[in-house]
Amino acid sequence: MTAAPRQKLVGQSITRKEDGPLLRGQGLFAADVNFPNQLHMRVVRSTYAHGKILSVDLAPALAMPGVHAAWSFADVADIPPIDFRLTKLEQLAAYRQTILAKDKVRYVGDPVAVVFADDPYLAEDAAEHVVVEIEELPVILHADGRTGEFRDGLLTEPAIIRKGYGDVEAAFAAAHATVSLSLSIGRHSGVPLETRGAIGRYNAAKDMLEMYGAAKVPHWNRDQLAKMFGRPSLSMNLFEGHVGGGFGVRGELYPEDVLVCLAALRLGRPVKWIEDRRENLIATNHSRQQTHHIRAAIDAEGKILAIDDEFFHDQGGYMRTHAATVPDLAAAMLPGPYRVPAYRAVGHIRLTNKTPGGTYRAPGRYESTFVRERLLDAIAAKVGVDGVEIRRRNLIAVSEMPVTRALETLGTDIVLDSGDYPLLLDKALAGVSWDELQTKLKERRAAGELVGAGVAMFVEKSGLGPFDDVRIAIDTNGHVEVVTGAASVGQGVETVIAQICADTLGVSYDCINVVHGQTNRIARGLGAFASRVTVMTGEATRLAAIKLREKVLATAAELLQSPAADLDIVDGLIVRSGGSAGPSIRIAQIAAALAPGSKLLGDDEPGLFAEASFESKHMTYPYGVHVAVVSLARDTGAISVERYLVAYDVGKAVNPMLVEGQIVGGVAQGIGGALYEEFTYDDRGEPLAVTFADYLMPTAREVPQVDVIISEDAPSPLNPMGLKGAGEGGANAVGAAIAAAIDDALGMPGAITKLPVSPQMIKALLRDRG
Amino acid sequence: MTDKSNITLTINGRSHAIAVESRRTLADAIREECGQTGTHIGCEHGVCGACTVLVNGEPVRSCLMFAQQAAGKEIRTVEGLAKGDEMHPMQRAFMENHGLQCGFCTPGFLMLAVGVLEKEPDISDHDLVDVLSSNLCRCTGYQNIIKAVRAAAIEMRQS
Repeated sequence: MTAAPRQKLVGQSITRKEDGPLLRGQGLFAADVNFPNQLHMRVVRSTYAHGKILSVDLAPALAMPGVHAAWSFADVADIPPIDFRLTKLEQLAAYRQTILAKDKVRYVGDPVAVVFADDPYLAEDAAEHVVVEIEELPVILHADGRTGEFRDGLLTEPAIIRKGYGDVEAAFAAAHATVSLSLSIGRHSGVPLETRGAIGRYNAAKDMLEMYGAAKVPHWNRDQLAKMFGRPSLSMNLFEGHVGGGFGVRGELYPEDVLVCLAALRLGRPVKWIEDRRENLIATNHSRQQTHHIRAAIDAEGKILAIDDEFFHDQGGYMRTHAATVPDLAAAMLPGPYRVPAYRAVGHIRLTNKTPGGTYRAPGRYESTFVRERLLDAIAAKVGVDGVEIRRRNLIAVSEMPVTRALETLGTDIVLDSGDYPLLLDKALAGVSWDELQTKLKERRAAGELVGAGVAMFVEKSGLGPFDDVRIAIDTNGHVEVVTGAASVGQGVETVIAQICADTLGVSYDCINVVHGQTNRIARGLGAFASRVTVMTGEATRLAAIKLREKVLATAAELLQSPAADLDIVDGLIVRSGGSAGPSIRIAQIAAALAPGSKLLGDDEPGLFAEASFESKHMTYPYGVHVAVVSLARDTGAISVERYLVAYDVGKAVNPMLVEGQIVGGVAQGIGGALYEEFTYDDRGEPLAVTFADYLMPTAREVPQVDVIISEDAPSPLNPMGLKGAGEGGANAVGAAIAAAIDDALGMPGAITKLPVSPQMIKALLRDRG
Repeated sequence: MTDKSNITLTINGRSHAIAVESRRTLADAIREECGQTGTHIGCEHGVCGACTVLVNGEPVRSCLMFAQQAAGKEIRTVEGLAKGDEMHPMQRAFMENHGLQCGFCTPGFLMLAVGVLEKEPDISDHDLVDVLSSNLCRCTGYQNIIKAVRAAAIEMRQS
């Protein structure tokens, strides 16, 4: 008997479970959380980029009516600095940030004191009455310049990342030619539309400390906070509400999260802190800023024999939770989709007097893709072929898969699990009708226009383990609850998880509720980062749903007196497989039959639920191609992106509409970093981009129509659905593709060596060109 | 700065008698004194448009207006768009076209788009993109927002 084909939800662009409340103004973002009798916290921040703290006088603030407390470092000296979450290196520990600055400030925005008042306006007034005396010290603003002293004789270069394999020296000695470039990527970051926020609340009756406004990694943060306060983990809970964008920066453990919780404990009142935008631009993690000196050894055809890269990573004032993650990923992922027989990367982690850094969507890869793809373009120019041909000559062939690179990152060995890179390149080129496009661009250039196209390729990583748990329960009304250890930063977690659960279990999408980001609902969880949720939580959901389905069918088999193998679950109804006639029973009735006190239970544990874990030691590796077409204005140097295409292989797209949304959103952020967004500083380290009038994010005018090709040629062999994560491929290669397109428009191969590219730079290049 | 004045804000047809300092922004008053937290505050300096509401039919950045300036005027916020269970065509179009991800900027975009289309139902595509470029979204890359607003514009013209 063949089962009637059920309408599968996985693979369909169905509308999101999340949208209703968000569209009706019923969201629960951090600022929407309020508790009776709450205090408001305001942070007093350093106005110097580097200096010795001579004194902090809290008295004038404390004298103001409605101000209940104010702290400087002396008041929180018992709290340890914030620890690392990923890529810990022992030698970085001394560079961690304390929750208030101890005796030195290291960037404009460094928290020096906090005040607590009845009203946020009053708290802001009071913060201005805290008198901080600072003796200014010389600043270090360039990661690739001289090193200096961090503190107590510690150098501003705490560690060097070294990765590589093969005999690089021999490859260069035997090379037909070499190509060398110096390239840099500007300082920019995720900048979610919702600023950070945290509300701490202490329930003395239950000795329970709570934090609202959690995001990304609530369980990790719960454990860390508990450790910092010397409390058991189970006496703390973190709750995620709606999160207004994450992009890597939001949800990491920051000083302010610790401060609101500590204040709730000590002051016995709920404490609310909502970051303002100026704070967000100087206090929340920056990212990306690196300078690379890269060279390649090539043969006569332009095939790569070796790559040798030395880079300087501008970490800013302190080492935050990501520790060495960004430079580590930059070094580990740099070889990309190409055959690189010998490789060496040396990455200098440098502390500077700027806002500390962390990850931002495609961390380390936006940077190293720009560098590698610029190198490929330079190799093409050197051997006299075009950018497409040079890539074809160097791409890893499908027959070579899987490819083990003698590199590791994030505690995993890099094994490119599957991929047909040349095929995706073909698809991308066909998607823009590449040959016709070239003809048209030539005609336009002949007519005097400055237009050009660029191609960039990359390998992403996703689905970071090592585990994820899911518990699915069905109540006696037939409602299904999926409890996950995932987190949602707006990407559509509830929708995707519900799709997988509905298909596997055989229930309707609408009856499923997906829980995430609640530490009191599941013992452990790794949250949302590294494009991991669909892969890890998705597969854990499938496994739990399979178990639960078996349980439902086993019970139904008894009740219907029919072998479980002959039964199916369709839309919450247990029926005979293949649509044949016979008795049926609703899943709600099965739940009732297994409810506590039911006579049918026998020795079985009551309740209709199942739990499963998915474990994975390796990441999955999606891959993509970006094609950009740009035009330049000769008079102003303005750069417009006329057309953009992304082809991305994600193995299997659970919801193509959401995948496309991730890609297009990533492209917009990539364009920001390539052309507009930059955290600049004056020579005393004063930040110059502290409002949205200075920090320019792309608007609807700057982002072109983005064409997306979602490809499923290379399902991951590491999970049964073949999933690879889709979160970061949209951003990854934008800088690289736009740089290549601008070179092409100018007719100056290798002209772009630095991001973001400004109109002034274009004007200067046009002048140089004559 | 702590002297408060009594004012009445009319939000989505309902009167809220509140006492606010003269420096209190309309955005804060709508959210805190009137409890309508659907209006979001993204930058507090009038650039991102997340706090956009309609004041006497005009899209306004409520972070740049004092609450007292809005006293006696008709204020509309995202909470007033749906009629009971039935969503406004603009809300529905955002859902159908995946015009939101995190949803933080969404109320501002909805109010901006509804405000403009009520006044200029036949606005050209070019001008519509110009209008939408006055608000910031960090998730979607805008194309689905533009798609959604265009779809809603057609429906709003027909009804």
